[in-house]
Amino acid sequence: MMLDRGEAMFVAGIAAILVALALMVVRALRGPTVFDRLVTANAIGVAAIMLVALYGFFIGRPEFLDIGILYALLNSVGTFAVLKFWRYGSLGHAGEEEGDPQ
Amino acid sequence: MSEVLEVVREVIAWILISAGGFFFIVSAIGINRMPDVFTRLHAASVGETFGSGLMLVGMIVMAGFTLVTAKLVLLLLFLWFMGPVATHAIARAALQAGERPTLTGIDAKAEKDVRKLEEGQ
Repeated sequence: MMLDRGEAMFVAGIAAILVALALMVVRALRGPTVFDRLVTANAIGVAAIMLVALYGFFIGRPEFLDIGILYALLNSVGTFAVLKFWRYGSLGHAGEEEGDPQ
Repeated sequence: MSEVLEVVREVIAWILISAGGFFFIVSAIGINRMPDVFTRLHAASVGETFGSGLMLVGMIVMAGFTLVTAKLVLLLLFLWFMGPVATHAIARAALQAGERPTLTGIDAKAEKDVRKLEEGQ
C-alpha cells in the first residue's frame, strides 16, 4: 500500500506518539510515588488526544476531534479528582480556602 | 500556481507535525530519565504544551478554514490553559505530601517555600 505525501505525515506523527506512549507506560508502571504515576497519566492522556486527532486526519474523518476534545476535558477533571481523593480521602469533601482558620 | 501552494502547505505541515513528534519523544525520554517528581513534571510539560501545540498547528495548516480548524483551536486553547494548571496542582500536592526536590542547591529554598505554604494555612 502506497501512502501519498499528505497521509505519510500523519503516519509519521502517529509513529512518534506510539514510541512516546511506550516510554511513558514504562514510567507509569515504575513510578515510585502516586504523583509520578499522575504526571505520567496526564502525559499519556495528552498523547492519546493527539493520537485520536492524527488518526482522524489519516483516515479522512476529522470529526474524531470531538472525541479528542472530550478526552481533554476528562483528562484534566480526572487529574484533579485523583489529587483531591489522595488528599482528603473522598471526592465529596468541600475543600478549604487558603488562609482559612482551621 | 495552486499546485505550488499545495506543496508549500504540505511541507509546512510536515515540518510542524514532525517537530511535534520529536518533542513528544523528548518529553517521554525525560519522564523516564529525570530523578524526581518535580523534574519529571518539567519534562512532561514539554510534550503537553509544545508537542501537542506544534502538532495541532500542523493539522490546522492541513485543514484550512473549516469547522475542523475551529475545533482544533478549541483543543489547542484548552490544552494550553489546563496543562499548566494541572502541572501546578500536582507539584503543589506533591510538595504538601512531603516530596522534596532531590537535586543539590535547591533544597534550602524549597524548605523555605514549604514552610511559607504551611504557615499560610
